[in-house]
Amino acid sequence: MSLGTVAVVGASLAGLRAVETLRAEGHDGHLVLVGAEPHLPYDRPPLSKQVLAGSRSPADTTLRPANDYDSLDLDLRLGTRATGLDLDSRHIVLDSGEPIGFDGLVIATGASPRRLPGMAPLAGVHVLRTLDDCLAIVAELDDGPRVVVVGAGFIGSEVAATCRGRGLEVTVVEALDVPLVRAVGPVMGRVLSQVHVDNGVALRTGVGVARFEGNDRVEQVVLDDGSTIDADLVVVGVGVGPEVAWLEGSGLTLANGVGCDANCAASPGVVAAGDVARWHNPLFDTDMRVEHWTNAAEQGVAAARTLLAMAKRVEPEPFAPVPYFWSDQYGLKIQYVGASRPDDEVVVVDGSTDERRFLAVYGRGGRVVAALAIGRPGLLMTYRSLIAKRASWEEALAPRPPR
Amino acid sequence: MRVVVDYDKCESNAVCMSLVPEVFEVRDDNFLYVLNEHPPDDFRAQLEMAVRSCPTGAISLEDE
Repeated sequence: MSLGTVAVVGASLAGLRAVETLRAEGHDGHLVLVGAEPHLPYDRPPLSKQVLAGSRSPADTTLRPANDYDSLDLDLRLGTRATGLDLDSRHIVLDSGEPIGFDGLVIATGASPRRLPGMAPLAGVHVLRTLDDCLAIVAELDDGPRVVVVGAGFIGSEVAATCRGRGLEVTVVEALDVPLVRAVGPVMGRVLSQVHVDNGVALRTGVGVARFEGNDRVEQVVLDDGSTIDADLVVVGVGVGPEVAWLEGSGLTLANGVGCDANCAASPGVVAAGDVARWHNPLFDTDMRVEHWTNAAEQGVAAARTLLAMAKRVEPEPFAPVPYFWSDQYGLKIQYVGASRPDDEVVVVDGSTDERRFLAVYGRGGRVVAALAIGRPGLLMTYRSLIAKRASWEEALAPRPPR
Repeated sequence: MRVVVDYDKCESNAVCMSLVPEVFEVRDDNFLYVLNEHPPDDFRAQLEMAVRSCPTGAISLEDE
């Protein structure tokens, strides 16, 4: 069986890596890439860092040079959304109404920012997900606004850091008592939130936003406790939700993303990758959905390989990565590998948190399951390898030789 | 094949090191060292993964 026509829905990192892998590894049939945004696939991490800082031009974020698409031989549909999927007749529908039949489908529609419920749109209140979102914020930064960031997750933290780097007054409001507690646990969440305070951010935790006030544009952020913060620019970073609305009623399992097996397969001939995919990671024996760059890149490759294996009727390789993310804030490189839970044991095995240069490991059930570091990239990656081979907690605590 | 790193782009995220430790090493000075610029062809698949997974697109492979 050949793969025939493959449709890849979502033209960001996961979708691009999927089409590149399909072409590099033998798919010579029709290949459609559908992207909701008008831009060629671009890189999102710089949006909250260099592009926002003004040190990198938006054009420098393309993932692949525009003159390098011919070799992929794509039927490229940018500025076009998929609005439906029919698994029986095997076609997707575009927002123009056009149906596109497929033999193989890669779902890589990503995620979109959550908004605060019940708040009317007001000028000066932004989210940051797309290049256009970023440029809308950049356009307001030159006026020297007082910035309020809602949500101390990684996007909010990077926006706060970049705005401080531009000399702006920044307040971060976080509804949780400890920022990032779900991502890195309570101990390290406290450490990472202190980094903002070190750098002159006013950090308000354990209090939510009640509403934004202003006439033509935002003037004040009103908090749940009744206090107010003057604001000229607000960036809301309260997480994202998987972009699955177009798949409702398709018969695919949709609960916290598109449900997939260990091979990233949602249904025969249908795979998913990136922020939209919830799959079973056999390394941790749990379902996960990961919203980070490296996972989108790696899962785009893995999902494409599953389609290729299905066509050849061979067993696909399970996708069993150690998730990884990094965040650059205030000149610090924060990196994390693995999958921890808030109640894991946490031990600093190198450096010290006070110096903001350290490595901490997370253990559960006698195994090392995660590691977090500031300013220790090489050392951290030795732990990525340990986690990948299911190393014991004792092995993770053993001293490493310097190099 | 030759492994080429663009050090203007490299930010020492060390993802390459986790994928191909035989070839890439970020040391305690936080700089990336290429341990073997001409690795054997057995490493090609892993190296291509490192190229695709580098957050800054700093790695390329040149055929010789």
